[in-house]
Amino acid sequence: MLHLKKNPLRKYIRNGKLPHFFCPGCGCGQILNYFLKSVDDLKLDFKKIITIGGVGCTARIPVYLNTDSFHGVHGRTLAWATGIKTYQPDLKVVIFAGDGDLLSIGGNHFLHAARRNLDVTVILVNNFNFAMTGGQVAPTTLLDSITMTTPFGSKEKPFDSCKLAVCAGATYVARWSTSKPFQCVKSIKKALQHKGFSLVEILSQCPTNFGRYALKTGNPKKVIEWIEKKSITKAKADKLSQNDLGDKFILGEFINKKEPVFQGTSLYKEEDQ
Amino acid sequence: MDRNLKQKSKRINSGIHFMLGNYAVVEGALTAGCDYFAGYPITPANEISELMSKRLPEVGGVFVQGEDELFSIYSVVSASLAGAKAMTATASAGFNYMQEGIGYASAVEAPCVIVNVQRCRGENFATQADVMQMRWGASGDYESIVLAPSTAQELFEYTILAFNLAEEFRNPVIVMSETTLALMRERVEIPKEENILNQKRKYTSLSPELYLPFQAKKNCPPDFAPIGKGYHILYTLNYHNEDGTIDWNDKGYKKLYQRITGKIRENRNRICKTEGYFLEDAESVIIAYGSEVRPALDAVQMARNEGKKIGLLKLITIWPVHEDLIKEIARNVGRIFVVEMNLGKYVNEIERLCLPFCPVTSITKNMGIIHTKDEIFSAIKEAL
Repeated sequence: MLHLKKNPLRKYIRNGKLPHFFCPGCGCGQILNYFLKSVDDLKLDFKKIITIGGVGCTARIPVYLNTDSFHGVHGRTLAWATGIKTYQPDLKVVIFAGDGDLLSIGGNHFLHAARRNLDVTVILVNNFNFAMTGGQVAPTTLLDSITMTTPFGSKEKPFDSCKLAVCAGATYVARWSTSKPFQCVKSIKKALQHKGFSLVEILSQCPTNFGRYALKTGNPKKVIEWIEKKSITKAKADKLSQNDLGDKFILGEFINKKEPVFQGTSLYKEEDQ
Repeated sequence: MDRNLKQKSKRINSGIHFMLGNYAVVEGALTAGCDYFAGYPITPANEISELMSKRLPEVGGVFVQGEDELFSIYSVVSASLAGAKAMTATASAGFNYMQEGIGYASAVEAPCVIVNVQRCRGENFATQADVMQMRWGASGDYESIVLAPSTAQELFEYTILAFNLAEEFRNPVIVMSETTLALMRERVEIPKEENILNQKRKYTSLSPELYLPFQAKKNCPPDFAPIGKGYHILYTLNYHNEDGTIDWNDKGYKKLYQRITGKIRENRNRICKTEGYFLEDAESVIIAYGSEVRPALDAVQMARNEGKKIGLLKLITIWPVHEDLIKEIARNVGRIFVVEMNLGKYVNEIERLCLPFCPVTSITKNMGIIHTKDEIFSAIKEAL
């Protein structure tokens, strides 16, 4: 007998409403799953989670979540997060941001929120291009990649968002790819439990735009394989010289430390927490 | 909201003070219950941030100096949606950056107060050149509420009024300050707490299962629900249905923005405040706002001394426009003068209302300095 089981994570979806609008083969659906699995495993109070998305494919993730959410302005996720988190420190704030949202238009907010060690979890979905707008070059696009605005190959060097976050002052930073579900969930859980600025970057496949233009394939499996082939674990990377490493994506945990969290620029307190 | 903070000083400094205009704004905000402030340094608004950074933490509020004005406006809006009475302050160049956030605040109907101390481009000299930007700066359909003080006392009072209007209509409210006022010291009287109106936030009585975040009566704002309590509200810039979801619906879009603009437009007679001087027998009337009210009133006195029947209409609310009153005056006088410290902006609005009834003369000055009474008086004499 065929017995249909309802996904136990369905209860976290806004109005129980699916399907989502992501393209077939997109990584955002997987990341939505990894996040909900993490929340469910940790038995977090879902009412007290505020999810934030700016503009872009990734930014739509909060639209599907049954939380209080902010959405629809490009790049301002961390400004929103600061207002909420400093005013209501008991709430847990989680940001879903694409590479364009977080590192391009929101780059300045990103640096300063990390510098202040704002107690917020940022899940960065890096698909190496501006996907929602049709596949333009992003601050994460690799050198010489063909995109809709780099027909002769990009002449800009990409950001390493994890290095950037560590330098700026983030206190938990990790990078994985969609093809590593267990590691993703483990790091998201750590990030959610971390007090301070936590960044989990997840390298994700965008078959529709980055795949077709930069990799000449619309096949999500092939894009995932490309990410896999270019990835190296931190343990292995530590043994290689910068030359041998080239532009490989280093996967792993880059920092995990405790520091006081941001509560406001000017504070009058009787005692330190 | 326990931030382990201890209240150290009084929120309301009742009494008589000799006070800087910018400080009067801070005292007004604290009196109105402001408990979140974000700002970015810019002259001539700095004293607002500076005093806030000291006063706000001492009364249990949050002060953040952000990385830019975009941060200021967005963190103010999000703090507001998290329950705060929130404010930011800036000057013209910084106000440019805030337009995006004002659009968002209008769309999600977030109450907040923005103080714009107008200054000349790149310089700190006096001007009123942003008067149109305060109405039309953001993209999309929306209505602005803008208040124009003309004294330090009014900076205090209208900041309180701004917070109250913001809560009542769930809309951003802008206090139009100017270099002239912000950096001037004057007498400010702060009343006792029991004599101050403090508009509290209107929260829903419905349970999360029944509550729809953007369901409201015609031309009214919806009721709030607290965040983090299971109401799962989506605050999005995109078109949102009554339940907050973003599935596009053309008729719904029309209805949403009719309500968001209608709640201000259709209530403008309740929102708009003016003060009239010598209007009863006036044969011509000066319309002025902000610091220009001061020399304008002096010019009216000079004219009266010479037996000329001139009156003054001082606009406290410059947006929305008090259309009915201005039309009524235009029907009964021979000429209207509009005095402003720019190349002639608000005069277009007055012409739109008055030209069928009487001629309108624009008296402008845009060289970083306020009109003198003689300048206004001689301009009037010339026109009459």
